Parts: sequence; structure tokens; C-alpha cells
Amino acid sequence: MARDVVITGIGLASSLGEGIEAHAHALASNAAPVVDTQSFAPYPLHPLKPLELDKQIPKKSDQRQMEPWQRLGVYAAGLALDDAGLKEDAEAKSQLQVIVAAGGGERDHAVDAAILTGLRNANQPGAFLNERLMGDLRPTLFLAQLSNLLAGNIGIVHGITGASRTLMGEEQAGVDAIRTAQARIAAGQAEIILVGGAYNAERRDMLLLFELGGFLRSADFAPVFARSDAPGMITGSAGAFLVLESAERAAARGAKAHARLSHVGAHRSRRQPGSVAKALDELLAGFGPLGSDALAISAATGCAEITDEEAAAIAKAVPGARRVATGDLVGHSVEAAFPVSVALAAAALSTGAVKEAIVTGAAHWRGEGAARLVKA
Amino acid sequence: MGASHRDSQGRPIVAVTGLGIVTSLGQGKDANWEALTAGRSGIHRIERFPTEGLRTTIAATVDFLFDGSFAAPELSEKLATLAAEEAVAQSGLGEAGDFPGELFMAVPPVEMEWPQKQELAQAVDGDADYDALLRIAARHKHQAMHELFLFGGVAEHISEKFGTKGSPISLSTACSSGATAIQMGVEAIRRGETEAALCIGTDGSVHAEALIRFSLLSALSTQNDPPEGAAKPFSKNRDGFVMGEGAGALVLEDYDHALARGATILGIVAGCGERGDGFHRTRSSPDGKPAILAMQDALADAGLTPDDVDYINAHGTSTPENDKMEAMSCSAVFGERMASLPISSNKSMLGHTLTAAGAVEAVISLMTIANGRIPPTINYNTPDPAIALDVIPNEARDAKVRTVLSNSFGFGGQNTCLVLTAGPNAA
Repeated sequence: MARDVVITGIGLASSLGEGIEAHAHALASNAAPVVDTQSFAPYPLHPLKPLELDKQIPKKSDQRQMEPWQRLGVYAAGLALDDAGLKEDAEAKSQLQVIVAAGGGERDHAVDAAILTGLRNANQPGAFLNERLMGDLRPTLFLAQLSNLLAGNIGIVHGITGASRTLMGEEQAGVDAIRTAQARIAAGQAEIILVGGAYNAERRDMLLLFELGGFLRSADFAPVFARSDAPGMITGSAGAFLVLESAERAAARGAKAHARLSHVGAHRSRRQPGSVAKALDELLAGFGPLGSDALAISAATGCAEITDEEAAAIAKAVPGARRVATGDLVGHSVEAAFPVSVALAAAALSTGAVKEAIVTGAAHWRGEGAARLVKA
Repeated sequence: MGASHRDSQGRPIVAVTGLGIVTSLGQGKDANWEALTAGRSGIHRIERFPTEGLRTTIAATVDFLFDGSFAAPELSEKLATLAAEEAVAQSGLGEAGDFPGELFMAVPPVEMEWPQKQELAQAVDGDADYDALLRIAARHKHQAMHELFLFGGVAEHISEKFGTKGSPISLSTACSSGATAIQMGVEAIRRGETEAALCIGTDGSVHAEALIRFSLLSALSTQNDPPEGAAKPFSKNRDGFVMGEGAGALVLEDYDHALARGATILGIVAGCGERGDGFHRTRSSPDGKPAILAMQDALADAGLTPDDVDYINAHGTSTPENDKMEAMSCSAVFGERMASLPISSNKSMLGHTLTAAGAVEAVISLMTIANGRIPPTINYNTPDPAIALDVIPNEARDAKVRTVLSNSFGFGGQNTCLVLTAGPNAA
């Protein structure tokens, strides 16, 4: 017998600022996004609104040992723990499981550029590379780069001694993190899980990876579902963590449940015309009858046909729904895109603005996911 | 339908019906078992890239799969493919390209590598900074690099090749990743979400920068000569781990499902335990508490007690700190029995296969059960008096092994332990 899973903590930080209120307000008011078109031109992106790190990461030594994406994730995780009322609850933190959707750490761009420039004229490229890397890489950089070290830092900074797992794989990592967390609690394999992800968009190394595949928009900002002139992602720095908890446990401790996470599904298949729409159709159909007045939040990337198919699937499943693209608020945050979208949906439910929400997301390359949230 | 079997906690029993392995010692179970029980090392001098100026010049790389150059994700994928082919073939489950279960893969984190960045830099006039590289990338003439360096790429390709169902999982819990892949498969089967799971740990990421990063953390052995003597788990003169490559694959299956189709049961994944360690980014809690709790959790999950364990497949990295912490933690769990309970480290021969290690060592643990023979800890010539263990020094030993505890501990406070047992009807 599957148990109810509720969201008792929401932690959000992005270009819009931090916290539930700032994001719920933007969601309700269609606020204009914060876009930087200059710093990484010709690629627009949504830069993180600077955080007062001390509020969630008190020790400077901890701050120094992390990359921006890790600090953002640890910060958002702290917001979620605060919101759930768990920050000082040692017993809960020993029981709390952590699932993180993560990419990797940032390159030292200056070191890479100097080495690449030097390598072109090096007589012994191998020896040159070894010498420069041995001399120029910061020893701790590696730890700042390891995918699982966001989870590790969350444990260290917030004193969580439950186990953590890190899922990788771009957007789908975020879908599978939330899907797995929900399934484990529903099945009684866990009671309480901190789940989410973080993405730092202000990195040329990641822009390079996506531009190699031709997945970036290199024109001014345009809404996610209106980019046919120049399809592609506009990335944004964002972190989102949720505390998922069995309804029973949440009720026993008198915790406020923002929403109930009733369904999460994920799919993969080789991409071909129509495959994204079909996958999302099937996922949403599996969630049972959906309210026609449900809010639809989409983690769509803005990449051409994929995004068009996602729009069609949403229109088919909830024809009367108000549709909001997470990318129009905070940009596309890759591993964090789905967690951010679920967090936005939970925030909307929490304010009472809506009674039901669906979340969809078709990744830029592979994988589709969907979730359904209802009033707790 | 026969009666349904349940474990001590009323959950579906998770059987192992297929095993596959590739390491520096060779491809396949037979080649690896022969070498492991002969006490042969797969560690050798690195020839893949120049080692001038490096403190460590040895590794247990897999050098027999590619003729030309390759990127780490390509080797990781090849290793995983070979291990999975062996495991799926042994299981006899599904049809070629149509595996009726989910995929859980421990894969090393990826990022763009130097040869590819150099290829882009060749097209740049002036400084090869990232803005210049981006201008080259914008020509969209190097599209394959995008797919090559996606975190989800390897698992996606394996999923496509083997026809696994559902959304493929790519995961990392650092050096315990392989064990976590198995644990996630176990959980999915216990939830009734899938009747089978293909669980793989793979790592083919020994390249210059990866080695240098570990070297800068002083994690690697620098006793390069002779290479095969460098990994010395539990020895007094141990000085760090040796990087290794390989893959381990397991077909996990609902026990009743396996019985119903007449499959050979190779063993049971009876229990899993995991604990985080909020102590430090690279060091374990000095009191060993998370490791102790992870072992105890795994035993409790299996419904077993320490007395039921016949052999411990150690994490045993050969770093001063891990081996000391692991020995102490084992003593805390097993008490006085630890002086005589066999514990050995496959890493003495395979090096540390990092992301793959938990899966590679689970495969070897199940072979240990099947063959009634324990692979040794080689290079055990200078015992550490502070670590009084029966490490199966230097030579394999025949022993009746029904229950193995396999330990995996990683950077970032990751501790994962598995309890692997013989099938219910094994003698």
C-alpha cells in the first residue's frame, strides 16, 4: 500500500532572489525575468542574485572549499531545512536521506586557457601538460568539482549524517532524483528525504558543452515557448531543494505540508519526431484524471521541436490550464530544472493559489519527466 | 505460480542471476578468477600517456580494448558493455537488446578532456581562452563532443544497447558508487517497481589530469617500483591507493521470477546499509562511526548478525587512513571474532577501480561464495601491528563462504555496505 508523500520544506534560490515568497510572487505575477545579455555574450543567461552565504554556510572555511554551484546547492538545501523546521533537529538529520541531482564542478578557466595556448607550441605536449597541471591545479579544486561533493557538503555544513546519493545525467537526473525519493517514501523505504539540485549557469565551460551540440540560444531573451526564431536554451543559475516526508511523519510532528506529491514519472526513448509528446502523454495519462484548472509548470528547455511537443502534451492533458515555463522566470537550470519546477508548483499550492499542479520537463537531449502535486 | 518467497522483513528476495567483470587482469569471470586466486597484480607502468614529472607513474589500467586514443567515457562505456554482456548472457533473461528490467549505473563524473579542447584550440588564432573556444563551438562542426561529455551519455548508450526499461540511472557516491548502483537495484525490486535490474559500476577514467588530481591530494601510492608491489592494503608500509579501471555488472532479479523461469541463482543480495559522514570531505570520522553503522545497517537489513558473516571483502584501499579506520570499525562490529574472521582486499591486485569498485568487488565476492576460495591480499609482507587481521596474506585460501560483507567507503562521507549470500539451496 503506497503511502502519501508530502512536501514540508521548500528551498529556492535563483536570479529572482531566495525563498518561497519571492518565487511564488513572480509565479503569480508573471514578473519580468532578470537577464544578463552582456557578460557571456552572445549567450544571454539569468545570473544568480548574490546570496548572503553566511546565513546558510556560517564557516568561511566551508565556503572556500566549494565551487559556486555547491555553495548555491548547500544554501538552497539550508533554506529547505529551515522551512521544514529541521535545521536544529538532530534526530531528524540522522534519519534524513539526501538525493542530489548534480553535474560537475567548474574548470579554472584561466589555467585551462593558459595551458591550451601553451600546448599549441609545446615540443613535448605530454610533459608540458603534466608540469602545468601539477603546478597550477589547486589541490582542493578536485573536491570542489566532484559531483557527489555537493551532497557531501550539504552533510558537512548542515550536520546531516543520513546517507546521500548523487544522480547525474543533466535534466533527467533532477527528474529521477525526485522520482526515486517519492517512490522510496511511498514504499516505506525511507521516512524523510532532502532532494534537489543546483546549477551555476555563469560558467563558460558549460556554455561550451551545450554550444558544441548547438543547444544554446544566442539572441536576446525570448520566452521558452516563443523561440522559433532562434531555438535553444537560455540557462539560469538556480538551486532548489525539497524536504519530502511521509504524510504520517509530517502530521506526527505537526509540520506544515505545502503540497502532496502524488505522482512522479520518468521516461526515456530514442528521440524521433513525436516521441517527446508521446512520452509525456503517457506519463500524464498515468496520473489519473487531472483537474482542468490545474497549474501547468514546464521545465522545457526552449529547444525547437522538443519544446513544441511538450507544449502540445500539456495542452492535451490539461486544456484549460495556466501554463508557466520555469525558464521564463529563472532560466533553464539543467539538473536543477525539474526540482525548481516542482518547488515552484509546491509554492503555488502552499499559498492556496491553486489546488493542483502538473510539472513536465523534456530534457535537451534525452529523457522526459512529469509530476503531479495536489493540495496536502 | 509457486508460493511466493519473502525475506525476513516480508520483502521480495533479490537474487543474482548474472555476473560480468572486466579489469586490468582481463575480460570475464574466468580470466579474473584465475588471476585473482593466483595472487597476480594488474598494476603496471602507465603507457597511455606520458608520465614525466608525475610522482605516480603506475596504474591498473585496462589497455587491451582500444588500439587508438579514446576519451574516458568511451572506455567506461566499453568496459560496462563487456561486463553487462557477460552478466546478461549468464542470466539468460530477456532477448538480445530487450532486457526486461531497469538500469542502475555507477559512472565516473565526466568533463571535456584535453585532446578535445586541444582540437578546438587548434582552430583558434591568438589566446585559446573559453570565449575563443566558444566561437569555434558555435560553428557546430564538433557536435559529437557534446554527447561524448554528457553525464548521462554512457548510461543512455547502455540503455539503448541492452534495451533496459524505464529511465536509466547514472549515479555517483564516489568510491562506493558501484555498491550504490546495486543498492538502488535492490530497492527497486523490493518496491515491486521492476522484476529485474541491470546494475553496473564502470570506470575507465585514468588519464593525466585524473591521476594528477588524486596525486595532489596525496592519495596515491608513489612506490612505483615494482608496480605490482605498490598496493599493500593493511601493511605497515602502505602509502596510498593505485588507480584502477574496470567494470562489474550484476543482473538482479526477483527471486520468485528467477525460480519461475528456472534460472540458476548465483546468490542473494540480502542486505544493504549506507551512512553519511558529516566529518570531512576526504577523511572519515576518526571514531569510524558511520562505517560501523553502515555495516550494522547492512546486517540488520539482511536479518543477520555479525556471527553469520564468513568473510569480509574489504574496501582496503591501501591508504594509511582508510585501512586503519576500516580495521577498527570491523573490530567494533565483529568484536574478538575479527582476529580470525577472514578479510581481504581485491584492490591489492586490481588497484582502486573507484566508481566501479563496489560492483567489481560484489562480483568477486559472489565468485568467492561460488568457488569456496578466498582471493588473497597480496604484498602483505610487513604487517601493521596496529591492525591485527587475518587478511588472507599473499595466497588464496579454500574456505566455506556462505555470507560476505562487502565494504565501500568514499570521499564525501559515503559509506555503503552489502551483505551477499549463497542462494537458499546452496550446500
